[in-house]
Amino acid sequence: MTETLYETLIIFIKIVCALVWLLACTLYLTWLERKESALIQDRVGANRASIFGIRIIGLFQPFADAIKMIFKEDFVPSFSRKFLHTMAPFISFFFVAITITAIPFGDTLRIGNRTIHLQILDFNVGLLFILAMLSLGIYGIIISGWASNNKYALIGGMRGAAQVISYEVALGLSLIGLIMVYPSLRLSSIVLYQGELLFGFLPKWGIFLQPLGFVVFLLAALAETKRAPFDLPEGESEIIGFFTEYSGLKWGLFMMVDFMEVIIVSTLLTTLFFGGWQVPWLASDGFHFPWGGELLLSHVVVVLLQVAAFNIKVFFFCWLQILIRWTYPRFRYDQLMDFGWKLLVPLSLVNIIGTGIIMTL
Amino acid sequence: MGYFLFFLLAVMTVGAVLGMIISKNQAYNAIFLILAFACMGGLFALLEAPFIAVVQIIIYAGAIMVLFIFVVMMINVHSGISAEKKKWIIYLSPVLAVILIIELILSIKGAFSLPVSTEIIKAGPTDLGRLLFTKYLYHFEITSILIIAALVGAIVLVKKKEKK
Repeated sequence: MTETLYETLIIFIKIVCALVWLLACTLYLTWLERKESALIQDRVGANRASIFGIRIIGLFQPFADAIKMIFKEDFVPSFSRKFLHTMAPFISFFFVAITITAIPFGDTLRIGNRTIHLQILDFNVGLLFILAMLSLGIYGIIISGWASNNKYALIGGMRGAAQVISYEVALGLSLIGLIMVYPSLRLSSIVLYQGELLFGFLPKWGIFLQPLGFVVFLLAALAETKRAPFDLPEGESEIIGFFTEYSGLKWGLFMMVDFMEVIIVSTLLTTLFFGGWQVPWLASDGFHFPWGGELLLSHVVVVLLQVAAFNIKVFFFCWLQILIRWTYPRFRYDQLMDFGWKLLVPLSLVNIIGTGIIMTL
Repeated sequence: MGYFLFFLLAVMTVGAVLGMIISKNQAYNAIFLILAFACMGGLFALLEAPFIAVVQIIIYAGAIMVLFIFVVMMINVHSGISAEKKKWIIYLSPVLAVILIIELILSIKGAFSLPVSTEIIKAGPTDLGRLLFTKYLYHFEITSILIIAALVGAIVLVKKKEKK
């Protein structure tokens, strides 16, 4: 009886930790975006928010933003379809937030005689689960556009849905080569495979085995996050997007979903192509360097190193995505479609054929 | 917990299908159908068949219904059906209903004569892939050719004729 109680408690703690991690990262990603864009545009960036005169380079800014958003008027237009209008941001939010359940944050943690997997749900189809949930997120866009009952919002929603569904094809195809190399759909096994060594010194990370797959996946995933240079669905100032009729906290949810998608894409890039929580040459008892040296570490230090490695890789990709978002101008719509269908899809097919040929050699 | 989830999902599935039939707005019909498909995915997951569950959601809820919703929301049909067509509906619908009832009775009969082997359902992606490429290779290939033919046909029909 107490055993099941402990198990339930552990799962509950894991869910809370993962969600808090995701939301805290989202909160501070807004701060990072402001500061990084300021640096790129030679400005200072948000630095005025303070608590009792303490400002620490604007670190309180996300809280000030959140308070502002909560107290804005939540205006629902009289001509909209009210129930769906309210539902749409929650649909978007739910299907992004739930993907965090399948991400492995680290290997196992041993406390006493209990082993805890640092992953909420270890599916044997974890990769497909994430793709399925991301593909359902599209309904948030379509329904918000339609329920607003505004022609511009509807067109924006359709534009967004067309973009997301086109790039999903390339996104899925680019992963097939990866599944062929690491023969599993279970994310924890994919990460474990990446701990092996190639030629005795190079870790078997996805980026070394699937460079083309990585490029296609990165570009398609950028389009999935609906941020510049792929921000046609939203078009913040020029073309009217699908959440034009939203205000206050509901609009805030759509904005948070964008940032959460950036984080989820970063965790996916880390897990699939950069070894997840693997640190090069770190085994469960310490470092074993290929040139012969050894550095033995205790279990807790190894687990901490692995979780830290996962976080550092995720933050690197968040930084990279913000850099891309503030560097490149927006695509034209026909360029966007050509890029997805005529470049990324053929490249991913080439990747599958090439992987197959190399594997049979 | 399993029973609770099963009844929750079952009630939601049936409710969504009923909503789909009763609702008169096509967009709502499509949304109810998506809900039903998503709940079906949940039911498959409860049967310890996560692969089928995820594929059900990706293909039906994630891909096919998006196209339905696209068309329904863009066209937005308001006008009812003309009187001439209504006559046809009155004559045709009882026939279709009888056929549907016969089909339902047969399928319910089949459901009672268990056990149906659940090995295929519970098979993971590896087993399923192996079966598709060995035992069911011809079925699989013929299906894929049919799908590609339909795709090419749709593009040819839609494409505007070039001026000579």
